[in-house]
Amino acid sequence: MIEFTFWDILRNLLLAARWTILLSAVAFAGGAIAGIAILLMRISKRRWIRRVAEYYIGLFQGTPLLMQLFLLFFGLPMLGFRIEAWTAAVLGLTLCASAYLAEIWRGGVQSLPNGQWDAASSLGLHYIAQLRLIILPQAFAITRAPTVGFLVQLIKSTALTSIIGFEELVRTSNAINNATFEPFTVYGLVALIYFVLCYPLTRYTKILELRTARQH
Amino acid sequence: MGYALDFGWLNGAIGMIARGAAMTIFLITVTTIAGIILSIFGAAAKRSRYPILRKAIGAYVELIRNTPFLVQLFFIFFGLPRFGIRLDPVVAAMLAMTLNMTAYTTEIVGAGLDAVPNGQREAAAALGLPSWLVFIKIVLPQALKVIFPALTSQIIIMMLESSVVSQIAVRELTYEADMLQARTFRAFETYFVVTIVYLGLSIGLRRLLFATGRRAIAGGMA
Repeated sequence: MIEFTFWDILRNLLLAARWTILLSAVAFAGGAIAGIAILLMRISKRRWIRRVAEYYIGLFQGTPLLMQLFLLFFGLPMLGFRIEAWTAAVLGLTLCASAYLAEIWRGGVQSLPNGQWDAASSLGLHYIAQLRLIILPQAFAITRAPTVGFLVQLIKSTALTSIIGFEELVRTSNAINNATFEPFTVYGLVALIYFVLCYPLTRYTKILELRTARQH
Repeated sequence: MGYALDFGWLNGAIGMIARGAAMTIFLITVTTIAGIILSIFGAAAKRSRYPILRKAIGAYVELIRNTPFLVQLFFIFFGLPRFGIRLDPVVAAMLAMTLNMTAYTTEIVGAGLDAVPNGQREAAAALGLPSWLVFIKIVLPQALKVIFPALTSQIIIMMLESSVVSQIAVRELTYEADMLQARTFRAFETYFVVTIVYLGLSIGLRRLLFATGRRAIAGGMA
């Protein structure tokens, strides 16, 4: 049997944490791009497009992420789409992130006074330019704190991808635990690594919240 | 199309799905009650005059909120036996869920307590009510009313997150889904049906809480 020292455990966990960080970053970036699309649908002038976006958001916020991952990873191959664990992980987290981010930013867009839209159109800007130059920058600025807060939630959610076999922090820790039988140390360290990743972001949201509160 | 959807297995599976859903509902009920009671104490302790108590509650809240629920669950279920604390999966799940929920609801309840104007406390004290009665009869009902939507959302998030406890073999909805798909080889249909059940549970839970909770809290204020 291979002997694992404390440092071996820590080194392997830190190496695995790279995948957690990478997955979080990719899902956040993908979720932001898809989220803008959902946001545009959610604030569309056509009622049925708004409806579709509403249902999309309601579906992802009303079902467990684990079920979404299972449907992608175990369900899609049955329908004839081959899918790897990492594809299912990226896809699942991206879709889920897009729903949450769209809902957060919608709050930002709707909190803007109507005068912003009126002023934008009185400058002769068309719809896309109004959004790009006037509305979205302000909406993003207002919602920066909940957006970063969601990033923390997303980092924690990546732990679920271990269940469908994506080789990230928790998956690696399960393997190390099976080899060392030291669950207390292993899961304690894993919790610590997540904490080190998330806590600075949490502090940052607090600072952002205070800053917004001071402006009003 | 190479694959025909088949829901024929569903007839024999309704019992399993219902049993799993009942376990999920049981878990979230216990967690909600325990979590709210504990978080009232937690929020009060965070506003107490003892700095150690305030720091301790603050550290607990940050620790839980910045680590994944799955890791907390594994830590409790696999890690604690080292100290001779060996928990039944259902107990471990309830403990992990309650600890997780309390961290979030302590913040929520605290925000509610801060939102009650001080004049309310002073007016109640002027009427000669003892301070514990001021808290229970005057401050708490108003605080709960303010935070009701946030609390409801948190309960639903916890209900959805409880799917994770299937990983320590608690026989709730997700666990039953895993068993079913292993038996029927109908992964897509099984997870699809169970996802819909979860969606129904979260919509139903929200309706129920808003229908009953609002009135109960408003009634308690009289």
